Amino acid sequence: MRMKSIVAAAAAVLLGALVCAAPLRAEGETIKLGAVLPLTGGIAAFGMESKDGINLAVDEINAKGGVLGKKLEVLFEDDKGDPADTTNAVSKLINTDKVLAILGSVASSCTLAGAPVANSAKIPMITHNSTNDKVTGVGEYVFRTCFIDSFQGATSAYVAAKIIKAKTAALVTDVNSDYSKGLGEAFTAKFKELGGTITGEVSYQQNDVNFSSQLTKLKGTPADVIFIPGYYTEVALILKQAKQLKIGSVFLGADGWDDPKLLELAADAADGTYIVTHYSADQKTPEVEKLVKAYQDKYKRGPAVTDALAYDMVYVVADAMKRAGKADSQALRDALAATKDLKGATGSVTMNKDRNADKNAIVLKVEGGKMKFVESVKP
Amino acid sequence: MIEISSYHIQVLAFMGINIILAVSLNLINGFTGQFSLGHAGFMAIGAYTAAILTKACGWPFLLATLAGALLAFAFGLLLGIPILRLKGDYLAIATFGLSEIVRVAIVNFDDVTMKAATLVGLQDLVPKEITRGALGYPAIPEVKSLVWIYGWAFVTCLILRNIVRSSEGRAISSIGEDELAAESLGINTARYKTLSFAIGAFFAGVAGALFAHWVTYIKADLFKIDKSIEILLMVVLGGMGSLSGSVLGAVVLTLLPEYLRVFAQWRMVIYPILLILLMLTRPEGLLGRRELSTILGVLYTRAMGRGGPAPGNPPVAAE
Repeated sequence: MRMKSIVAAAAAVLLGALVCAAPLRAEGETIKLGAVLPLTGGIAAFGMESKDGINLAVDEINAKGGVLGKKLEVLFEDDKGDPADTTNAVSKLINTDKVLAILGSVASSCTLAGAPVANSAKIPMITHNSTNDKVTGVGEYVFRTCFIDSFQGATSAYVAAKIIKAKTAALVTDVNSDYSKGLGEAFTAKFKELGGTITGEVSYQQNDVNFSSQLTKLKGTPADVIFIPGYYTEVALILKQAKQLKIGSVFLGADGWDDPKLLELAADAADGTYIVTHYSADQKTPEVEKLVKAYQDKYKRGPAVTDALAYDMVYVVADAMKRAGKADSQALRDALAATKDLKGATGSVTMNKDRNADKNAIVLKVEGGKMKFVESVKP
Repeated sequence: MIEISSYHIQVLAFMGINIILAVSLNLINGFTGQFSLGHAGFMAIGAYTAAILTKACGWPFLLATLAGALLAFAFGLLLGIPILRLKGDYLAIATFGLSEIVRVAIVNFDDVTMKAATLVGLQDLVPKEITRGALGYPAIPEVKSLVWIYGWAFVTCLILRNIVRSSEGRAISSIGEDELAAESLGINTARYKTLSFAIGAFFAGVAGALFAHWVTYIKADLFKIDKSIEILLMVVLGGMGSLSGSVLGAVVLTLLPEYLRVFAQWRMVIYPILLILLMLTRPEGLLGRRELSTILGVLYTRAMGRGGPAPGNPPVAAE
């Protein structure tokens, strides 16, 4: 009986906390934006980085007096990286919190599920991290401030052919990942167009740990470049095992590689590899330097790629709000579509007619355990 | 004073879909006592079949839903025969394997059909993109109507209630109680196990079709083991072998994460704590093996002061 009463008391306390936790908000004095991010679940790291980036940008803007004479306020909602949950979160922000626009989400599958809700409510939804080509195809109200998978894949092919000067290439793709597949297809098409030959393609699955059979197969038909569109956990293992097998090709990857953990996990096996991504912390532009300093001051760490993308997204939205001249979703949509040459840490953003950001990709090379800036390209 | 917004409708829709999933899984796991971890696989079959039929072939929604459900039923029947020879943990692993096969088959469907067609020289006749593999299936025609969802939820509950109360249902329940005893009574256990598996699969297919046309974007990854476990949780929480318990389980587990939104990133910490507390206080599930109507009946009798609980019904837990 005692156990039961303890449990009942604990449940009562939790329920009480539930009721009291609803924060009191001042109405009308702020411009409300909603952010749907994976704050829990398997990709929560990206959600938390996005949250930091958004908070920093909002604080900076508010410190300078906000937008249109009002302070910005961002309401965060968790989607666990689950598409069904994204639709709920987007719907809640629009209907219950009456937000002006939605920021997010991170995973393309989540944004693809949430965007139709925002689009049919005529509320702009802006994502900073969902690179799947189909995302902005959902409708007129869906925008993206990063580049897309097919651009990323094509740029990787350009880097392989022009910077690494490869004639032959092989691919290692994750069959179950939309990201990997999209990049692989775009790479193959562009590399052939640039006169190269694809000598082989092998595949793996997320959470695989042994890649020796695939790599041995690739060793049989040596290629100048091996392109691995995947995420750093598997990529690090692939690079290590390739080094053990003494595969001499240059390895090339995309934004899925861009995480300090890659260098930690792969150690010296990552040396000499190239990465095509959104942003580099040692690119010498005033925007990047300002962001890196602000991050050190506020969070005591350097901004990762998702931090930078989220930070830039807030400025894109704030800029559109200023040009719209009023806090109105329709006016904001039109202003977002007209975004032109807005400079940020991840490059300058111009919205194209498909509501995707036209911007440069950054090429990095790993040397001595560091990702070094090579150049900014747009093939 | 709650204004019904499209957010509430959204949550209600997922609630209805979850009710169908939980009630149909309860037939397999609760009544028949066959521990299945493969419900999401059947949901995937229904979702993909219906989505492809409405989008690529222009079928009406109802027909596409039925086709998806029937395909799931056929799979359940065909695969139930070998799989249901296994018991306990082995069955759980085999059903999990089954749903993984479905998922991997969807991801690789286009490559395989294309290569097979190329072998026999029919590559021009076969569409290049059927399931679109890992890229996911976008822009499914939208059917956002609670009438469809709750219509199907009602039909599911009604049919399953009738099955459970029929003589076949008694046979199915007896397998759940003690398979060996049921067999010694002359019940064809293999037949009833397969049948209940396939019927459960049918309604999972329906739920998949409804889900696909509500969210309008599906991806094989959505139907992983996580989804099967989520449905299993609803069944266990509501009470194995209680249809109204499964409905209650689905309602509670759909609403709980929404109520917990105020906690932001702590939400998925509090949610499992509440689940643990619930299972500690009621290990048999919210309703145990009883139906809501029985419990209400007992409470009514008590309130009327006509003596104790009805014979055969243990007293309702009175905290």
